[in-house]
Amino acid sequence: MSLENLYREIIVDHYKHPRKRGTLEGSGVLAVELKNPSCGDRITLYVRREDDRLAAVRFVGEGCMISMSSASMMSALVEGKTADEAEALARAFFRLVQGKPLDRATEEALGDAVALQGVHQFPVRIKCATLAWKALELALAEGGAAAGSPDGTPAP
Amino acid sequence: MTDDRPRAASGRPGPPRRGERGGDRPMTDRNARRPLVPKALRADFPIFDQTIAGKPLVYLDSAATAQKPRAVLEAMTRFYERDYANVHRAVHTLAGRATEAYEEAREAVRRFLGARSAAEIVFTRNTTGSLNLVAQAYARPRLGPGDEIVLTPLEHHANLLPWQRVARETGARLVFIEPTDDLRITEAAIDQAITPRTKIVALAHVSNVTGAVAPIAHAARRAHAVGAVIVVDAAQSAPHLPLDVRALDVDFLAFSGHKMLGPTGIGVLYAKEEHLRSMEPYEVGGEMIDRVTLFDATWREPPWKFEAGTPPIAEAIGLRAAIEYLEAIGMDAIEAHVVRLTNLAAEALANEPGVVVYGPRTDRHAVVAFNVGRIHAHDVSTILDAEGIAVRAGHHCAQPLMTRLGVPATVRASFYLYNDEDDVERLVVGVRRVKEFFGDVFGEPVPGDHRGSL
Repeated sequence: MSLENLYREIIVDHYKHPRKRGTLEGSGVLAVELKNPSCGDRITLYVRREDDRLAAVRFVGEGCMISMSSASMMSALVEGKTADEAEALARAFFRLVQGKPLDRATEEALGDAVALQGVHQFPVRIKCATLAWKALELALAEGGAAAGSPDGTPAP
Repeated sequence: MTDDRPRAASGRPGPPRRGERGGDRPMTDRNARRPLVPKALRADFPIFDQTIAGKPLVYLDSAATAQKPRAVLEAMTRFYERDYANVHRAVHTLAGRATEAYEEAREAVRRFLGARSAAEIVFTRNTTGSLNLVAQAYARPRLGPGDEIVLTPLEHHANLLPWQRVARETGARLVFIEPTDDLRITEAAIDQAITPRTKIVALAHVSNVTGAVAPIAHAARRAHAVGAVIVVDAAQSAPHLPLDVRALDVDFLAFSGHKMLGPTGIGVLYAKEEHLRSMEPYEVGGEMIDRVTLFDATWREPPWKFEAGTPPIAEAIGLRAAIEYLEAIGMDAIEAHVVRLTNLAAEALANEPGVVVYGPRTDRHAVVAFNVGRIHAHDVSTILDAEGIAVRAGHHCAQPLMTRLGVPATVRASFYLYNDEDDVERLVVGVRRVKEFFGDVFGEPVPGDHRGSL
């Protein structure tokens, strides 16, 4: 195991310079708040959908480097994608952080988020990496302002 | 030292005064005292016979749960292998042995606390279970609108949520003692919070975040002066300082076995016998009954009327072994050792550029909460873990306190009898490694209110 692998430059960069950090207002904006009560990490994800597309995605939150860089990567990645594409990316990400094999095309589709692959060697940190993606899943399910409690186990 | 708790009889030998435990200390305490040599003690703990990330384990998370000496593990195994049966019902030989061992464990707890009678010792699941029992079985029937429950904003959730609930249920009000800027609870602040409307005063003896000791004996006197009772969360004090419930004159006192070298799944509620007699059972069912008809039942005497169902028998036996292990070293010696190490660590960390230490400057018990620059506590913990150092990172079940500190989380190092100066040094070196790893970008202090910093 390597810490350098967990905290790759790209992860640190997303933490220091978060992409898509902020809030969205106005009609058609869905806000999903998700917390991890066991450690205090929290994220609020804002999604404005236009038809089937995630036209704008923003987040605010607080937490460790893994959770916040993951939120930045996810938000930048799924903005502009269709709901189906975003959902497929979320499924791929959950596989990635569990160390399950992905084909090359799927890895490429995950963009910067592939940097979080090393998390699978640190099982206690998987829930940090998946927090934002679980918020995305809730938003896609149009769970409204529902708050959930990820248990650290990525969805299948 | 703001605490006015009586020191254990240091002038032994001599006639035990009321409230001092001179008269009923076990043989092990007087005759078989072991010197507190952490490196030698570690040999008693099988968990230290391993490496983490290729390095010797430095366990600095005892405030969450303490490691177990072989004496505890063997006492439980021996019981399961030779004497195991249920308690208080059957009349066969094993049932007799199990019942005797279970009640001997209760007697060991009585002695450890200096309680008057074993009837004042109720076995529960843990501190949380004990505090919920007091809130529901004692406080709830006695509180109403206009009554006040006095707490501090530093409480562990276990000593906050049961009172929030009982306040909602009865219309009573929660009143919070204002801590000092460095997060201590003073006698003056206690005096200000307690009024004739106060019915319950519920305080942590030692904060699980700041390590500060509350002046419990003073709070007890003030509570009694207005006709209130005092409930003490001793989860963080029972493991490492001498407790004497008679000298402190507390009404209720709760702690867990697992933080003081014992097993999980067993906690203790000490309560003055008059209170236990006046209370209805919290849970009803097997074991705790006297006579049952189809429509009614009567209860056994305390403490058994508060122990419904099969109790944690092997765990009680493990707790007894833990108490005897601690007594053989001496709670005074353990307290002195832990306080010395903790203050050493607090000072060393506070001297590290970019590190913020929360809580009082001196007289810290067992825990040091800190942050390293802007680096989140979880990230700090992961780097330390790679150095073989186990610390807690998070909100420590004290979210209102984190809000007050203006941080989402802190790193917490906690010390016990198996830790030594080398562990403090390893921690400090580990923190330097954290700073190196993340670079000077994160050198600024974490945002928020740093009134609690050293």
